[in-house]
Amino acid sequence: MRNILRNDLFVISKLIDDHEKILDVGCGNGVLLDFLSKKKSADCRGIEIKQLGVNQCVKKGLSVIQGDANFDLEDYPNNAFSTVILSQTIQAMLFPDVVIKNLIRIGKRAIISFPNFAYWKVRKDFLFSGLMPRNKILPYEWYNTPNIHLCSIQDFKIFCYKNDVNIIRLICLNEKGIEMKNNFLSNLLAYQVLFCVSKKGK
Amino acid sequence: MKVKEASEVLELKDPIELDSGKCINLCKIAYKTFGKLNKYKSNAILICHALSGDQYCAGVNPVTNKKGWWSILIGPGKVIDTNIFFVICSNVLGGCMGSTGPSSINPKTKKPYGLMFPVITISDMVSVQEKLVSSLGIKKLFAVLGGSMGGMQVLEWATRFNKKINAAIPIATSYRHSAQNIAFHEIGRQAIMADLSWNKGNYYKNKTKPKGGLSVARMIAHITYLSETALQRKFGRNLQNSDFFSFNFGTDFQIESYLKHQGSSFVERFDANSYLYITKAMDYFDLSVKKGGLPKVFKNTNVKFCFFTFTSDWLFPTSETKIIIKSLNSSNSMVSFVEVKTDKGHDAFLLDEPEFHATLKGFIEGQIIQQRI
Repeated sequence: MRNILRNDLFVISKLIDDHEKILDVGCGNGVLLDFLSKKKSADCRGIEIKQLGVNQCVKKGLSVIQGDANFDLEDYPNNAFSTVILSQTIQAMLFPDVVIKNLIRIGKRAIISFPNFAYWKVRKDFLFSGLMPRNKILPYEWYNTPNIHLCSIQDFKIFCYKNDVNIIRLICLNEKGIEMKNNFLSNLLAYQVLFCVSKKGK
Repeated sequence: MKVKEASEVLELKDPIELDSGKCINLCKIAYKTFGKLNKYKSNAILICHALSGDQYCAGVNPVTNKKGWWSILIGPGKVIDTNIFFVICSNVLGGCMGSTGPSSINPKTKKPYGLMFPVITISDMVSVQEKLVSSLGIKKLFAVLGGSMGGMQVLEWATRFNKKINAAIPIATSYRHSAQNIAFHEIGRQAIMADLSWNKGNYYKNKTKPKGGLSVARMIAHITYLSETALQRKFGRNLQNSDFFSFNFGTDFQIESYLKHQGSSFVERFDANSYLYITKAMDYFDLSVKKGGLPKVFKNTNVKFCFFTFTSDWLFPTSETKIIIKSLNSSNSMVSFVEVKTDKGHDAFLLDEPEFHATLKGFIEGQIIQQRI
C-alpha cells in the first residue's frame, strides 16, 4: 500500500490517527484521501482546482469540491476538521498568509508541506549558474512557474513566530522523500519539509 | 390519448394535502420507467424534469416522436445505464402530460380545473413523487437527479426525505429563485394572461387556445436558457430568407425565426395554465426560509451530494450553488461539486457536455462501489 503514495504523502499519512476528520486542500486525484479513508477510517473531504482531479476523486467515492484554495477556504466554519492538509501547494498560493490562517482556523491542526528553497543544491545552482533554480519538485522555468511564493524552513518559522502560529512538529525529508534528522543544519540539508501547525492557544 | 397509452399512471386514493392548505382528490401521476428494478430494489434512480420537461426522459417521446429530453444521458450503456439502473421519471403535479394539473378534469365539477386548480409548490410535486416511489416498493433511491426546476426537486428530496435517498445530484439549479428569475417568469405569465383566448384560464372547450401568449412566454424563457456568446455564435446578425432587409415586421433575422419556432412548437405540446402554475411553484421555492434557514435544513444528512453548474449559465449562476455548498460544508455533509466550462448557458445541462458527463459518470461509479449494487 505504501508504494501507491508519494513519499511525502506517506509521511503525512503516518501523522493521521484513526477516524480523523480530514480536509485535503489541493487533493489532486484523491490518492491520499482514498488511502486515509480506507486505512485510517478517516472522514475525508477535498478541494481540487482541476475538474479532472475531481472526476478521479468522485470515482473513488470521495466528496470533493472543485474550488480554489485562495478564495474558497473562507466558506468553511471554524474547527470543522481535525486535520487540514496542504501538500506541495502553499508556494503556489496567491496569499499564503491568508491561506495558512484559514487552514488553522478550519482545522484543529494543519499539515503543510513544501520544497525547501534554502536546500544547499538550490543555493549552489543559483550561486554558480546565476539561473533560477530547478529540480524535480520545482521543474518550471521562471516565466511559467506556478510557484510564486517559495520559502525556506527558516522563512516559514519566522512567519509562524510573527503570526502566532504554533509549530507542533517539523519533519525534514531528503531528496528520496525519506525522513532525516532535524537539527540546526536542516535549512541547508532538507529538500522538502513538512510543518504540523496549529493556532496558538488551541 | 397517446400520452395515456405510452406512460403508466398511478392514481392516489388518499387526497394530497398541499402547502397552500388545499387538497387534491384522486390525484394522478403519469410516469415512465426504464430498465429493471433489481431484487433488493436498490438500483432505482429518480429523474426530476425541468419546467417544460415531461416523463419521457429517455427512449422516444410518443407525443413529439423525438428522442427523450435526456436521452443523451440515459439509456443502455449511457452515463445513467438502464442495463444497471431502474430509472423512474414522472410528470410533475400541475403538468399537462398525464399527471393531474389545471387541464385535468376536476372530479367535483366534471370539467377541466382551469384556475380552480390549487396553486402548487415544488414541495407538493415532491410529495407526489414520494408516493409514487413508495408505491413501487422502493425504500431508498440510489439517486435523485435533475436540472433547473428538476434540481429544486432534488434539493427538496434531500431536505425532506433524506433517509430515502442515497445520493442527490442537483444540476444548474438554486436554493431559491432570484428577483431576476421571478421577473422573467412574471413577464411570461403576463404574456399568457394578456392573450384574449386565455379567458381567465377557461379555454379548454374553446376553439382558440392562448397560443400567442404561451409562445411569447416560451420565447422570453428561451433567451434566458442561452448565453449571449452562444446566441451570437449561432445566429449573429444573419438574415433568414434573403440578403436584404424586408422593411416590414416579418421575419428578417435568423434569431427571430428561431425564437418563433421555439414558441410555436412549444404551444403544440404544452398547456398555458400549466405554465402559469409551474412557474409560480418555482418562484415560491426557497430553501432558506424552511426549517430555520439554509444551514439547518441540511443538518445531520447522510445524503451524498454532487452539484453541477455551468460557467455561462446566468439563470442559475455558480454563485447560487456555492451558497448551498457553504451550508452543506458547515453541516459536515458529503458534498462534491464541479463547475463545467461551457459557453452554452443554462441549456448546457441538456446538451452534450463531455466534462459534465465524465464527472457524473465517475460519481455514479463511485456510488455503485460504495452502495454495492
